[in-house]
Amino acid sequence: MVDSKKQWKAWLYLSPVIILTLVFTVWPIINTVRIAFLNDYTLMGDAGGMTFSVGVKNFQKVIQYPDFLICLKNTILLTVITVPISTFLALLIAVCLNSIKVLNKLLQTIYFLPYVTNTIAIGMVFATMFSMVGSGFGGADPYISTAGIINNILGVFGIEPVNWVNAGSTYWANMFVMIVYIVWNALPFKILILLGGLQSVNKQYYEAAKVDGTSRVRTFFRITVPMLSPMLAYVIITGFIGGFKEYSSVVGVFGEGMGPAGTEGTLNTMVGFINTNLMGKKPREGIASAGALILFVIIFAVTMLNMYVSKKRVHY
Amino acid sequence: MKVVLQELTKIFPSRTKKGQEVVAVNKFDFEIPDGKLVGLLGPSGCGKSTTLYMICGLQKPSSGKIFFGEDDVTSLAPEYRGVGLVFQNYALYPHMTVKQNILFPLQNFKGADRLSKSEMLERAYNVAKLVQIDELMDRKPNELSGGQQQRVAIARALVKMPRVLLLDEPLSNLDARLRLQTREEIKRIQRETGITTVFVTHDQEEAMSISDIIVVMKLGIVQQIGKPQSVYDDPVNLFVAKFLGTPPINVFQGTVKGGRLYIGEDNVLATPDVEDQEVFVGIRPEGFIYDKNGPLHCNLRNVEVMGRDVSIVSTSDASLNPTIRSIVDADNKIDTENQTVSFSLKPHKVFIFNKETEERIRFGNTASPAEVKE
Repeated sequence: MVDSKKQWKAWLYLSPVIILTLVFTVWPIINTVRIAFLNDYTLMGDAGGMTFSVGVKNFQKVIQYPDFLICLKNTILLTVITVPISTFLALLIAVCLNSIKVLNKLLQTIYFLPYVTNTIAIGMVFATMFSMVGSGFGGADPYISTAGIINNILGVFGIEPVNWVNAGSTYWANMFVMIVYIVWNALPFKILILLGGLQSVNKQYYEAAKVDGTSRVRTFFRITVPMLSPMLAYVIITGFIGGFKEYSSVVGVFGEGMGPAGTEGTLNTMVGFINTNLMGKKPREGIASAGALILFVIIFAVTMLNMYVSKKRVHY
Repeated sequence: MKVVLQELTKIFPSRTKKGQEVVAVNKFDFEIPDGKLVGLLGPSGCGKSTTLYMICGLQKPSSGKIFFGEDDVTSLAPEYRGVGLVFQNYALYPHMTVKQNILFPLQNFKGADRLSKSEMLERAYNVAKLVQIDELMDRKPNELSGGQQQRVAIARALVKMPRVLLLDEPLSNLDARLRLQTREEIKRIQRETGITTVFVTHDQEEAMSISDIIVVMKLGIVQQIGKPQSVYDDPVNLFVAKFLGTPPINVFQGTVKGGRLYIGEDNVLATPDVEDQEVFVGIRPEGFIYDKNGPLHCNLRNVEVMGRDVSIVSTSDASLNPTIRSIVDADNKIDTENQTVSFSLKPHKVFIFNKETEERIRFGNTASPAEVKE
């Protein structure tokens, strides 16, 4: 323990962090909750010393937005579909990476690259890859010009080009691209965590299983998965939290329109909804704060549910 | 099931290009008789664990053969050998209960070998009773003491009725009191099941106390094989003599001249038929007789009374150990005033070794080496 006479020194050294955290993290959280419950809140009015009545009017307004349900549905769909897929794939890849000896380090680096690559840049690459008309769009003969690589590959197998992301594409074609993108983007972090977990599992468990003649499948499900359960719980919980905050991935592929040209907004997510619809051209801080609180409650509830399930399933 | 090792050799390639390869086990020839408890004993790095893992099948020998009975199992994968292995740290699956751990090997049986659920449970409970953990079946490994975990590990190895039971340093993770108890227990379980058992240890006391046969190894080469007492009483070289026994053997520089053994200036023993040469002399602590007129003189350091025995600690310029420890009966009244202490020696507790080869030089007073014959 620090001598009580010298404690002021500790506080002095800590003060920059404490002050910054108070100003830029703690106060905004408190303020968001405050604003969300003030009816007809305006920033100018607040600054001018106006008083507002306390109520839930902001929340009612959020729910009444026509886009609210679309965004909620998109967010939930993307999360519920991508988290299991990416977790399963990450587990598979981690196990494979852990079992090979040649080029192990190189492959680990390659698999980790997406993590350090800019989200928007990846999104633009994906948009180009899935593009229908490629770089020829808007040219003299727009529909015959080069297509994205995905449609080219499909063409090799004699499959008609699919309109994935361009004007006139269907909702599920868009969703498919988003799912592929989000899964791919989520893999590196999950692989890293699971690989770390795998490498810390005592090899003797596997030797014991081998001596007892355990099949590979049974070894995987009865030994590897339970041993990794703390890491699996971690990547699943953080995956859900990240999924509910999905926004920049859609911006990366579709731009700020949050959907293909002509049908903007069809792929909007909760964060996008708060950012664009509620705080867009005409800022409404009260309603936006209420939207943020709703998202918080959803994430909180899902995380609690995750923790509850993992308590029964995770072996620490 | 007897286990036969024929010129068993394991060579680990060097990690670097210029480095040397390591011969972990060098031409190990040995036939383990059916139903015996064999202790592989040696300092770390002597190849005892490698030998165990080769018998188990987790490591492939570089050359040589392994037979279980008449079956050549050399190239057989571990799961087909019918061995039970108890790991040094037990390797109990932490997420399973004791019952699930013990059932796990049985659940791997396929086809005709597969048992019904009730048969599996019966086998599990029988073996749990044998190792006395049937009260703990629903606990998780982390809720058990070290000794209990050890029993579970043995139960898990025994439940599939292995042809050979292998134990890797079975007692090293237990505290001293539990170690004594558990080694009796291992002996009992081995006797009751009659399974040929091989265990590895670096603790000579442990090996001596429970093995039917001990194998002393050094740097991959077997030094001596025999019953614990006969290896102790009749070591073939200085290494074996030094490795066995607590307190350890006292080693001196000595000279043989004209059929007599000299330690320093002291003419201690007749060694007929031994050529004149420089030798190492090993004297077991119990080989000293407190004798005022004895031929061996040492500088008295102190006397430790241990109840039944008295341990005399002394020094000598000829001694290679920092102190000489001799254990004599407590009836002797040791004169602690005196600076020097004199001993006469029990000839059969005195061994002499060639100075170059460190091989034993026999001098008529000891019996010929006792062979292992079963």
